[in-house]
Amino acid sequence: MTAMIDVTDANKTFTMHLQGGIELPVVSGVSFQVNASECVVLSGPSGAGKSSILKMIFGNYRCDSGRIGIRHRGALIDLASAEPRQVLNVRRATIGYVSQFLRAVPRVATIDVVAEPLIVNGMPRADAQARAGDLLHRLNIPERLWQLPPATFSGGEQQRVNIARGFISDLPILLLDEPTASLDAANRAVVVELVAEKKRQGVAMVAIVHDDEIRHLIADRIVDVTSFAAAA
Amino acid sequence: MVDHAALENDQPLLVATSLSKSFGRIAACRDVSFALYPGEVVAIVGESGSGKSTLLQLLSGQLAASGGHVSYRMRDGVARDLATLGEAERRFLYRTDWGFVHQDPAQGLRMAVSAGANVGERLMAVGWNHYGRIRETASDWLTRVEIDTARIDDAPRTYSGGMRQRLQIARNLVTEPRLVFMDEPTGGLDVSVQARLLDLLRSLVAELHLAVIIVTHDLAVARLLSHRVMVMKGGRVIETGLTDQVLDDPREPYTQLLVSSILPP
Repeated sequence: MTAMIDVTDANKTFTMHLQGGIELPVVSGVSFQVNASECVVLSGPSGAGKSSILKMIFGNYRCDSGRIGIRHRGALIDLASAEPRQVLNVRRATIGYVSQFLRAVPRVATIDVVAEPLIVNGMPRADAQARAGDLLHRLNIPERLWQLPPATFSGGEQQRVNIARGFISDLPILLLDEPTASLDAANRAVVVELVAEKKRQGVAMVAIVHDDEIRHLIADRIVDVTSFAAAA
Repeated sequence: MVDHAALENDQPLLVATSLSKSFGRIAACRDVSFALYPGEVVAIVGESGSGKSTLLQLLSGQLAASGGHVSYRMRDGVARDLATLGEAERRFLYRTDWGFVHQDPAQGLRMAVSAGANVGERLMAVGWNHYGRIRETASDWLTRVEIDTARIDDAPRTYSGGMRQRLQIARNLVTEPRLVFMDEPTGGLDVSVQARLLDLLRSLVAELHLAVIIVTHDLAVARLLSHRVMVMKGGRVIETGLTDQVLDDPREPYTQLLVSSILPP
């Protein structure tokens, strides 16, 4: 089987120039693969570098060395050495990312925040909004809130808007950073369902989940991040 | 559907090669090279005196470079060196294919003539002569930038700062330019007015597939609007990359200083 994600010997160290140039090793020798229809969960204590690895796969953090292989439009592309324009294309067509917190533009209505990734890829606004509505329904965001910007919502509501925005596209790779962290049991179950649907559609996923029960329900394989601990 | 595969193979719109500018012994801009693609938004960030406004003036042909050159792909698909353009071609760029949004709207508007005329003037400059159609288009554009069309006959000096800035944007975009230069477009505005303007700019840029070069000292503006950033210090581009990459994982000491100086929201 061809891997969708192929990380090989990736290293990351932060150099804190404002703190006298302290070197903060984050991870080293990160190597693993993720296939289509598979959800790999990264495990390890807080500070082990799970989120950093996810950000490296998304091209948000740069790697000091190593390779972040991503299957994009049928070819393997190394995101660690790709041009900014290529990274943006990969994000538009291949990799989705559900961050821990929603970062929304002040005045944009919830329904449009969720529909935006589809509109950017050329779907007519009405169709994109219809799909956004379906997802918001499933995630129990009442329709009366859809026209409001999510900035005033509760933490759990914002997270569900964020999840809807992340799951709406049909991208072959999805990265999930604690998608169930501030959700109640009913909504956690919806997320588990959404992950299962993505698997059936052939999506390759990498997730960070602290909840043992959820991890058990979604993980096909667990990658222990402590083995990539950088030597300080 | 937008054909992004075709967009990936397209040609740059503007290419800067080893641009330099000295004022006497002071080097305001040193050896700057980059390429800008259609629909791409690039932010030039850095503190006052870093050379970002000089660079913007060089790129927009308002200032002659001491070294290097800028080439621009005209609507016929041929890339031309800005320094060798004839007067007519230069006028065409300024009036049609380019926009320039100044920090102070008074620099980009005619303050004593009506809002409608401010927008309509750009259309007349490209040959429109049907009064009714000019007025209708101007009125459409006022609506798009959220100005009440009842104010179409008022001069911008009677407008608030936020309205003036939105009018300046309408005036620039009415001729459907492919490239817009912006110099601190939200600089003089209240925070609430800024948010509205940023949201408006963001949607217009995406809808019209505009290429934008925006100078700002505000990293939040860069994050919201731009795909890429160039960090300037002492006339040089010291760090460049995807906007979220540079802001979330800054490498250079100066970039780390800029990022760490943002007040939490």
